[in-house]
Amino acid sequence: MLRFSKLSKAGMIAIIALILAFMYIPLFILMLNSFNEAQVSSWPIQSYSLKWWETASELEAIRNALLNSVIVALGAMVVASILGTLTAFALSRFDFFGKTTVNLLVVLPIALPGVVTGVAFSNTYSNFLTPAGFQIGYFGMIVAHATFCIVMVFNNVFARLKRMNPNLQEASMDLGQGVWGTFRLVTFPQFRAAFGAGALLAFALSFDEVVVTIFTAPPGVDTVPLWILKEMARPTQASVVNVVATVIIILSLIPVYVSQRLSRAADDGK
Amino acid sequence: MTSLLEKTKSTMPISSYLHLHPKVRLRALLALPMTWLVGVYIISLFLLLITAFWFIDPFTSRVRPGFTLENFVSIFTVPAYLSTSIRTLLIALGVTALCIVLAIPLGIYMAKIARPWVRNLLAVLITLPLWAGYLVKLLAMRLTFTENGFINWLLDPIGISGPGFGIPVVVLTLTYLWFPYMALPVFTAIRQIPNNLFDASADLGQKAWPTIFRVVLPLITPAIIAGSVFTFSLSLGDYLAARFVGGSTQMIGSIIAANINLNPPVAAAFSMVPIAFVVMYLLVARRTGSLERM
Repeated sequence: MLRFSKLSKAGMIAIIALILAFMYIPLFILMLNSFNEAQVSSWPIQSYSLKWWETASELEAIRNALLNSVIVALGAMVVASILGTLTAFALSRFDFFGKTTVNLLVVLPIALPGVVTGVAFSNTYSNFLTPAGFQIGYFGMIVAHATFCIVMVFNNVFARLKRMNPNLQEASMDLGQGVWGTFRLVTFPQFRAAFGAGALLAFALSFDEVVVTIFTAPPGVDTVPLWILKEMARPTQASVVNVVATVIIILSLIPVYVSQRLSRAADDGK
Repeated sequence: MTSLLEKTKSTMPISSYLHLHPKVRLRALLALPMTWLVGVYIISLFLLLITAFWFIDPFTSRVRPGFTLENFVSIFTVPAYLSTSIRTLLIALGVTALCIVLAIPLGIYMAKIARPWVRNLLAVLITLPLWAGYLVKLLAMRLTFTENGFINWLLDPIGISGPGFGIPVVVLTLTYLWFPYMALPVFTAIRQIPNNLFDASADLGQKAWPTIFRVVLPLITPAIIAGSVFTFSLSLGDYLAARFVGGSTQMIGSIIAANINLNPPVAAAFSMVPIAFVVMYLLVARRTGSLERM
């Protein structure tokens, strides 16, 4: 075993305490500030009130932004789920020339900085498609989001497929099921949990994405992150943003819980 | 046997055909994803590269197709552009270094000292903020470091004021955002080191700290490099942190974002800078053989 002196151990605990404080204090300050009565956030908070929660609940703009975010994230999730699963099957079942290139292609949209991906799409839309008389509008956002979400579904499904027993499918085929029947009855139930976890991650990734959205959202359309960004740019009304941010922090616990459950189910081989 | 095959052939022509032709199966699987990734993404990147050689018509101030190297030359000749590239590179390296320095003691404590329940608790606590949302964390850091914020309130009794918005807070914020990407692989790597290596090192007369430098560090280098790919490339492309907690700090992304509507060719040329940095970093990382671990 590694044996440390008392001093070294205390030093390590101090560093860990510092890391945790560094990670959590800002989030708590933010959450408490959503109850700050003042217009401008500050510390310590002088007086608490639910004023900004009421304002936020009545704001039409937030509801629209939320609707847009959900539509875009659902669209991106569906496309990414299909494309990611197809790629996962191809890469886990076959050895072929260019396999690493395909793998790189899937990872690239997330490996390159968001600003590059965003500018690339924006450039294609406004300098090539629009002059050609094609307005992509709202769909441009979904296309861009789907592209960098593929990797999430791919990673999860690929890892599961790698550990699956291919003989079961052979058996199903031998017993007379076709491609679709085998997939529906034998293959899919085996990677269902991993597929669900991947789709959920894709949804969360799209929901949280800012930079690519800045460049691909059509004028006048806000997603939740875009709305927050706009409010952050004019800090006089910043307190409403704190409410929305607090709701996001609380809601973010849901995918953590669900994905934990799903990946546990995936580990059990369900 | 033949009769059964004949039968399935007649009732399920597609299934039997696919079963007998694995290459067709592979193409069918890859057709859609590759059409999307190449047709949408790679073409967009390629068009971006082409746009980088175009220019703005001085009379109509519209993008005009053509061929000029002016945009690329400006990256190296305009002093503000050059210093921004160097600044961004240094910030990304600083964030990576800070993440490494924090991740190692955390990983050692979690993997080799903490009791199981403390280890699990810490693992949850480290991953949880990863989900809280990028802008939410940016906003939280801004509230913490702002003029009337928590840090100044905390430091006021000892008579100093915290760092105002600027490069140090940008580095801290980016560390805050990307730290879990370093902490988790480092922790996993340290956990995989068998304990008898430590016994051997102790038997050979090494104390704990030399053991860390001579035994642990070489073994976890691949994990550190894998984590650093994330911390480095995510920091390199970021510009919202600079915008909201950086005061007047500019990063590469700031220049790209500022030019995308005014002068798309310059934005396109500048997009090649982070791509070049990331590709170089990946090539170096690949030479150490640590990318297979990702």
